[in-house]
Amino acid sequence: MALTLTHYLVLSFILFLVGMAGVLLRRNIIIVLMSLELIFNSVNISLAAFSYFLQNLNGTIFVVFNITIAAAEAAIGLAILVAVYRRRQTVNVDELDEMRG
Amino acid sequence: MIEQFFFYMFAIVAIVTAVLVISVRNPVHSAFYLIVCFLQVAAIFILLRSPFLAAVQVFIYVGAIMVLFLFAVLVLDIGREQFRERFHGQTVPALVAIAGLFVVMGILLVSGRITAPLGPFDEPALMKNTEVIGKSLYTSYIFPFEIVSILLLIALIGAVVLVMRERGKENKD
Repeated sequence: MALTLTHYLVLSFILFLVGMAGVLLRRNIIIVLMSLELIFNSVNISLAAFSYFLQNLNGTIFVVFNITIAAAEAAIGLAILVAVYRRRQTVNVDELDEMRG
Repeated sequence: MIEQFFFYMFAIVAIVTAVLVISVRNPVHSAFYLIVCFLQVAAIFILLRSPFLAAVQVFIYVGAIMVLFLFAVLVLDIGREQFRERFHGQTVPALVAIAGLFVVMGILLVSGRITAPLGPFDEPALMKNTEVIGKSLYTSYIFPFEIVSILLLIALIGAVVLVMRERGKENKD
């Protein structure tokens, strides 16, 4: 039995769940950002798997754009983190509730 | 057969390190486990016959994004998180949401709705993966490509502006 698309999708799905658990359960904002990167990666795996199994390179190109967006997101997220830490001296998500969202 | 062995090896290491990323207490350890996880994902990309993606994954994720993360963790000295902060009032709804997604996706996968046969191999196309990607990036995808480059420029300027201190405030901090 060779590797099928389902193998890769299950891997991507498990990584997505782990990333989602990190975003929802951890309160340290830097771990939340890392979990977001995990979610980006799981989506990239599934896109690359579809691209390979359907023999269509559009998925691969989408992954390239996805990685670019992830880089921009990480840079802005960490810049906001540094600015917030300077002002509030905390990285706990629960304490950053000034906007009462 | 050997491909399967490597797939399971990479997949298990990736999942174990991903779980460690969200469960260890020290963010520096988290960052290192995340680096291992990204390297496994790069190996998975090679199994998916996309060497270009694997190289990009290593360069951008491991080389750039993780260095940024480590830099932020080390500069800000935020390695101390109390144990009690990890379990809070939203734990139960969060677990319910995760379980719900698990059930929905599990049903979809088990029912075999999301699957596809392996398309016909085109060996020359697989060998010239990077060349083909480059060609279509600069021809049919030229507009998104330009948009993404402008977005990166905006992100660069935005990051600098966000971190920059105003000159008058320096004495107060």
